[in-house]
Amino acid sequence: MGYWRKLGALVGKDIAVEFKTKEMLSSMFIFSFLVIVIFAFAFTPSRATTREVFPGILWIGFAFAGVLGLNRSFAGEKDNDCLLGLMLTPVDRTAIFLAKAASNLLFLVAVEAVSLPLFFVLFDYRLEGPLWLLLAVILLGTIGFIVIGTFLAALAANTRASEILLPLILFPVIMPVVIGAVKCTAIVLAGVPPELKGELVRWVQLLGVYNIIFLTVPLMLFDYVLEV
Amino acid sequence: MRGKAHNLRGHNLVAWITAFLMLVSLYAIFWYAPLEKYMLEVQKIFYIHVGAAWNAFFAFFVVFVASVLYLKTRDLKYDVLAAASAEVGLLFTTIVLLTGPIWGKHSWNTWWTWEPRLTTTLILWFIYFAYFLVRAGVAEKARRAVLSAVFGIIGFLDVPIIYISVRWWGSHPMVFGKTGGGLHPMMLHALIVSVVAFTFLYVYFCQKAMALENTRQELQEIKEKLRERI
Repeated sequence: MGYWRKLGALVGKDIAVEFKTKEMLSSMFIFSFLVIVIFAFAFTPSRATTREVFPGILWIGFAFAGVLGLNRSFAGEKDNDCLLGLMLTPVDRTAIFLAKAASNLLFLVAVEAVSLPLFFVLFDYRLEGPLWLLLAVILLGTIGFIVIGTFLAALAANTRASEILLPLILFPVIMPVVIGAVKCTAIVLAGVPPELKGELVRWVQLLGVYNIIFLTVPLMLFDYVLEV
Repeated sequence: MRGKAHNLRGHNLVAWITAFLMLVSLYAIFWYAPLEKYMLEVQKIFYIHVGAAWNAFFAFFVVFVASVLYLKTRDLKYDVLAAASAEVGLLFTTIVLLTGPIWGKHSWNTWWTWEPRLTTTLILWFIYFAYFLVRAGVAEKARRAVLSAVFGIIGFLDVPIIYISVRWWGSHPMVFGKTGGGLHPMMLHALIVSVVAFTFLYVYFCQKAMALENTRQELQEIKEKLRERI
């Protein structure tokens, strides 16, 4: 089997497990839904100031739901020593990392696809910029969040109290992603005014660079995290 | 176990040098360096602020290098060095975060500005606090060393990106730039003395922290041996 076929098999395994248990997707979705409701109470949706913080609310919802999913992604493997089985499979360790990242990305994108319309409807928000650009920007931010998130989730899974540890070690590290993603989203939501076009390009570049760095560094270090 | 008793003579030497340099730097800060025109005595905190800041970043660089060396050599002494350096770095970062607002209150008339350097230092503080949470979460020695080394590398690589993103994010005008180029030569002398004194303080603390960590691990070994006998 080629490298990509193995990777596909590993992703397929994760999806099959998720469709059997449905514990990750449902809790992630309900959680992001709850975030919407909490923010609706915290900031009155009809006010103009709420429109300004909307990109931030969006990403807080995604990030918190994402952490919830990431926590499960390796903790679930620990339960019946599945991780050991995973490590015994005749694949390169990088494939295990990439497959986990890919399936986590799929799950978070699925949750975002459902909750994004809800955010718009419940906050009565009208999109000014092109939709494809918004989706592209959100995808870029989500990739950055997931690659480093998957890696740190694997790291945290080896510790006691990993579920508490993950948000504490993940959020400081993903600060650039949060800043970049919120800025990009805000500019796109405002309809990409010509004077902000340069800024948008700059933030997209920053997110791109972050994604490349934190996709390659974990590939080099993942062996160390998995060893027993 | 007595054979492992640590040679503390080197510690005393560094301690005396540090104490001497600290006194010299106090003299340089309060008598030698001229008063700043507008901020008067308040500006004196700048020497301590920069001394601590420089060493905080240096400490985290040492964590990074020691982490890489540990993963390469698997020698536990690098793990001890990384842990000690992170601990001292966290202390210096705390000093930076405490002295910064005191100075900022006077020069910017606000306790806190989301100025890039200040904000980056704050996030750095969070990252290295997380570093200790990782260490605290693993009981087994070799495992803890590997995981914390990996996190030490990730955390350090993240710092430049954080700095750039925070600088782009906060386009606040700088009310007062603390550029080194505009310093009076005598102020610069005082600053250099202060930075050197703080560097020796860093080395001294690091030595002590390493000795402490080694002792802790020895104690752990003794405890385990005792438990086996019982």
